[in-house]
Amino acid sequence: MDFLQPTTWAEALEAKAAHPDAVAVAGGTDVMVGINFGHLRPSLLMDLTRVEDLQEWSIEDGAVRLGAGVSYARVIAELGTQLPGLAMASRTIGSPQIRNRGTVGGNLATASPAGDAHPALLAADAQVEVASVRGSRRIPVPDFYTGVKRNAMDADELITAVLVVPPSGPQQYSKIGTRNAMVISVAAFGLALHPDRRAVGTGIGSAAPTPRRAPAAEQFLADELTGTGLWESRAELPAATAGRFGELVADAASPIDDVRGSARYRLHALSVMACRALTWAWADYRTDTGKEV
Amino acid sequence: MRLICTVNGTQQQVDDVWEGESLLYVLRERMGLPGSKNACEQGECGSCTVLLDGLPVCACLVAAGQAEARQVETVEGMADGGALDPVQQAFLDAGAVQCGFCTPGLLVSTRDLLQRSGRPSDAETREALAGNLCRCTGYEKILDAVRLAADRLAQSGTGGHR
Repeated sequence: MDFLQPTTWAEALEAKAAHPDAVAVAGGTDVMVGINFGHLRPSLLMDLTRVEDLQEWSIEDGAVRLGAGVSYARVIAELGTQLPGLAMASRTIGSPQIRNRGTVGGNLATASPAGDAHPALLAADAQVEVASVRGSRRIPVPDFYTGVKRNAMDADELITAVLVVPPSGPQQYSKIGTRNAMVISVAAFGLALHPDRRAVGTGIGSAAPTPRRAPAAEQFLADELTGTGLWESRAELPAATAGRFGELVADAASPIDDVRGSARYRLHALSVMACRALTWAWADYRTDTGKEV
Repeated sequence: MRLICTVNGTQQQVDDVWEGESLLYVLRERMGLPGSKNACEQGECGSCTVLLDGLPVCACLVAAGQAEARQVETVEGMADGGALDPVQQAFLDAGAVQCGFCTPGLLVSTRDLLQRSGRPSDAETREALAGNLCRCTGYEKILDAVRLAADRLAQSGTGGHR
């Protein structure tokens, strides 16, 4: 095994082009587990923690440009206002030690259906910026996940950043596990209300081969809120609407039975989480009257 | 490959490090610092918690080369010669140590917590120590030890924000 420690992004991309089978490591919370257990023996291990550009976030064209190497701890500490859903998801991840090392870029690279950042990124309509020596491109996050632990990147590409537009409305995140810390989610759900464009965003985790949205639930809720004038009135949300939204979210999932939970439980959990997340988000929206939409 | 980093204030150089090796392995097997414990090797248990450039991390998940030129602090760096760190003394006095395997990681995490937040609430303590598993104590004595250490550090004026 070779170990490479590029200090510039250009150097990292050159190395990835020359060694497409190289494995990039940032926080090591997935890659080092694979190496420690003998499941992963890359010919080249490329440490990205010395590439400074990846460790920064900035505001670019009204969106947060989150460098792939920014840790969850920093998302929580620095981006709670701009990326509330992702910050909520980040708080549920692992432990302080894991949040100090793990990165959103790493979560995307691993592309596990159970990755905690994914539902929040889906709900917020994030884009993933990937690059190679051939150039860079942006992939809408729903198109990024292509299978269990597979993503849309070519072999010579690396993740540069995630782009997320700051919210125009409340966001929520819910995750079920067997305890509060150090759990792989049994099921997770992310929600974003986008009152500026009268739209709803959703993200489902651990309940399908990939993280995915629930488009029918999004459309149902957006139509309900528009049709009944609730976006403007901010009146109480009918319980039946929240309940139906929860059912439609569960309908979008296709979970399996595994050691963490049964498919049946996951579907039930998703409908409850979606209903609750919407109830919380709507309560936030009703009290957030200062924001013009 | 060669690795040079600073451990507990002393520059260390080790050779013939395997590129896939963890910082934990380097500390224990190459630098003669077995205080950080090797249990789960997947970041679940916190027994290998060290500070890397001042942040608590699981040493088992840090690739050795990622520690190049960095500052590492382990449990071996806590005592000042024969004098225990107040956190170590509090763990002894409160009976927070049973089999002892989780203790080094808990000491490092607790010391970090008390340096950031002088008088943490129990909820803050539980959150800060959520990545350190103990299978013996049931955690109550550990919470006692954290409170005792916080009290003593506050009285001596050596805790609080860094």
